[in-house]
Amino acid sequence: MERIYIFKRFERFWHWSQAALILFLMLTGFEIHGTYVFFGYEDAASYHTTAAWTLVGLWVFAVFWTITTGEWKQYIPTMDKVDAMLKYYLTGIFTDAPHPFKQTRVTKHNPLQRLAYLFVLVIINPIIWTTGWFYLFYNSWSSWGVGWLSLEWVAFFHVIAAFLMLIFVIAHVYLTTAGATPLAHIKAMITGWEETH
Amino acid sequence: MSIPRIQFLAVGALAILFMLAGMANASVEKSKAAAKAPAVAAATDKKPAKESKSTADHSKFKELDKNFKTGPDVTKACLECHTEAAKQVHKTKHWNWEWVNPQTKQKLGKKNVINNFCTSVESNQTFCSACHVGYGWSDDSFDFAKEENVDCIVCHDTTGKYKKIPGLSGHPNYKSMEWPPHSGRFRPAVDLKKIAQNVGKTSRQTCGSCHFFGGGGNAVKHGDLDTSLINPGHALDVHMETNGLNMTCGDCHLSDSHEVSGSRYAPTASDDKGALIRGSQDERNPTTCVACHGNEPHVTEAKLNHHTDKIACQTCHIPAYARGNLHTKMTWDWSTAGKLDEKGHRIRTKGSEGRDLYDSKKGHFTYERYVIPEYVWFNGNVRFTLFGEKVDTDKVKINEFLGSADDPDARIWPVKVFRGKQPYDVGNETLAVFHTAGKDDAAFWGNYDWDKALAAGMKAMDVEYSGNMKFVETEMSWPITHMVAPKEDALTCAQCHKENGRLHAIQDIYMPGRNNTPIIDKMGWTLALLALIGVLIHGLIRIVTSKRG
Repeated sequence: MERIYIFKRFERFWHWSQAALILFLMLTGFEIHGTYVFFGYEDAASYHTTAAWTLVGLWVFAVFWTITTGEWKQYIPTMDKVDAMLKYYLTGIFTDAPHPFKQTRVTKHNPLQRLAYLFVLVIINPIIWTTGWFYLFYNSWSSWGVGWLSLEWVAFFHVIAAFLMLIFVIAHVYLTTAGATPLAHIKAMITGWEETH
Repeated sequence: MSIPRIQFLAVGALAILFMLAGMANASVEKSKAAAKAPAVAAATDKKPAKESKSTADHSKFKELDKNFKTGPDVTKACLECHTEAAKQVHKTKHWNWEWVNPQTKQKLGKKNVINNFCTSVESNQTFCSACHVGYGWSDDSFDFAKEENVDCIVCHDTTGKYKKIPGLSGHPNYKSMEWPPHSGRFRPAVDLKKIAQNVGKTSRQTCGSCHFFGGGGNAVKHGDLDTSLINPGHALDVHMETNGLNMTCGDCHLSDSHEVSGSRYAPTASDDKGALIRGSQDERNPTTCVACHGNEPHVTEAKLNHHTDKIACQTCHIPAYARGNLHTKMTWDWSTAGKLDEKGHRIRTKGSEGRDLYDSKKGHFTYERYVIPEYVWFNGNVRFTLFGEKVDTDKVKINEFLGSADDPDARIWPVKVFRGKQPYDVGNETLAVFHTAGKDDAAFWGNYDWDKALAAGMKAMDVEYSGNMKFVETEMSWPITHMVAPKEDALTCAQCHKENGRLHAIQDIYMPGRNNTPIIDKMGWTLALLALIGVLIHGLIRIVTSKRG
């Protein structure tokens, strides 16, 4: 079996800490939203804020790393082989057809992954981050000259983005099992080494 | 390649990030809060022991070494030294019972306002003036300019033996008299010499001798003022706790020239300028919480400071009123008053707590203690429904606290809403004034005749009674601002941030934990569920096909 070193140390750290933070933010966020009681509102709100700032800190490093290593190129969208990927997930995966995408160190994401991660990067994250910051600085709105904003709308978009993130997480977690073996992708994200198709 | 080492590194780095974020968050908030939280007004060296710090011992004054016959005699003696005192008192609400709201131009004060307890002062001064800082106000002929009519003692007594008796027009009893009436108990004549020789600063007891008994009895009216505050414990009042700060009313209600600060006719609903500093030429109200605590008083939970621009301190820090074990009156239904037993005698029914549930003189009552307040937006403007105003008869708001979420001066305030039924003059379309107490034929408490009592009351207001009355439902709001609880008893976040929480009546704001957009929630959970079902089916098919393969 062929193995290639796909995910570098920082990348793996980024991925798992971000994953933990996002899950934790969803857990506390939906409690703040009033969906259930787990930590209690006060703790949930306080944890949510701390986790959000931690994620901000993580992202400062991640953005720096992505730019300086040139890894940002991994997210350039392409439509090439998207139809092949879709066809693979809809039929080929059941018949053990060959995977249409050849993973390499320079193109580690398949075209569907690129699109999905780009969607997270340019749609979900900006919405959730912007509304989240407005939420945090609710009391400063009038001094920022945005007193016309309504908390109801800020919350509205924050919640929409949270649901999009939840749906992304469901799909993402499931698709980790679609590697050469069901745990191949997970192992790769832990060790950095991917067994290729 | 050592996986554990990598994981260890990853977990460690994450933990450091977490700590950094948490610390940065906390320390920024903390330093902000610390910089802006002023020192709370020091009242630390006060002990319950009553050692006067005054430079004058009034028992050594020959002016006071006299057998005074009446209250005004004592006042004359006071004025020999305190030459300006009566002139100062003459300017105050305590004296005039009248105050014009500069914003609404409404003429307020006890003399003018109708409430839904005993309803109105006019024609009943002999009784009501037991809480007037004067002597002799029995009718409209009272001389408000006479200096010796001022009652110095009622506020400055330290003996606790001075009591103004309803029915004596603001005088104490100078001779032994039966009190309460028909009780068989006798009050000894007031010892004016002893009292005059022991005058001092106002106290919770002196202020409370009237303010704890508003509405005709202990704890009846305000809900947050009753005799439990004379000697309160920590849980009841964190400022006035006898063994703690032991603050008096006057420590917050600072006075200048006998003008006492703080007013429920024009309360200070919000003050965004922070704590008042000694020597400041600021004319702001010194009675507010903010005047000492500032607007960012929460040090450990700085997020709470983000609430002070919308929520009055009282809302969280007075989780319930009437916490001193005494019941406060919640409703008063005058419409059932006047029923007599078969012998034509007054009926009084008492509840298990010894409170009147029914009294022929007054009608039906209900009482409660540990009451959860109602909450309203309040910007400091109170609009009263005054006598003569034509009113809607379905439900009359005797006063209305104004404000809304859009109003930067408004805060969410706790209020006691007192509900009642009281007489309404159908012909004049106004709340009615009636003659309650007195020894004459028209007084309702003597004759139980509404028409006579209304004719006399309306006449005293210079209006002719139409002869046609009915009872209307009324509501009156009282700001809750006393009985501040220790911080550990303050409301928790979740008491408001949930469905049907404390602020359920405040609907013009979005509150996380309470509000949401139902369609988004429905769509969001449906799509998430579909995604989950989709991947499960996909996975199932993969398992099935791989086994076959």
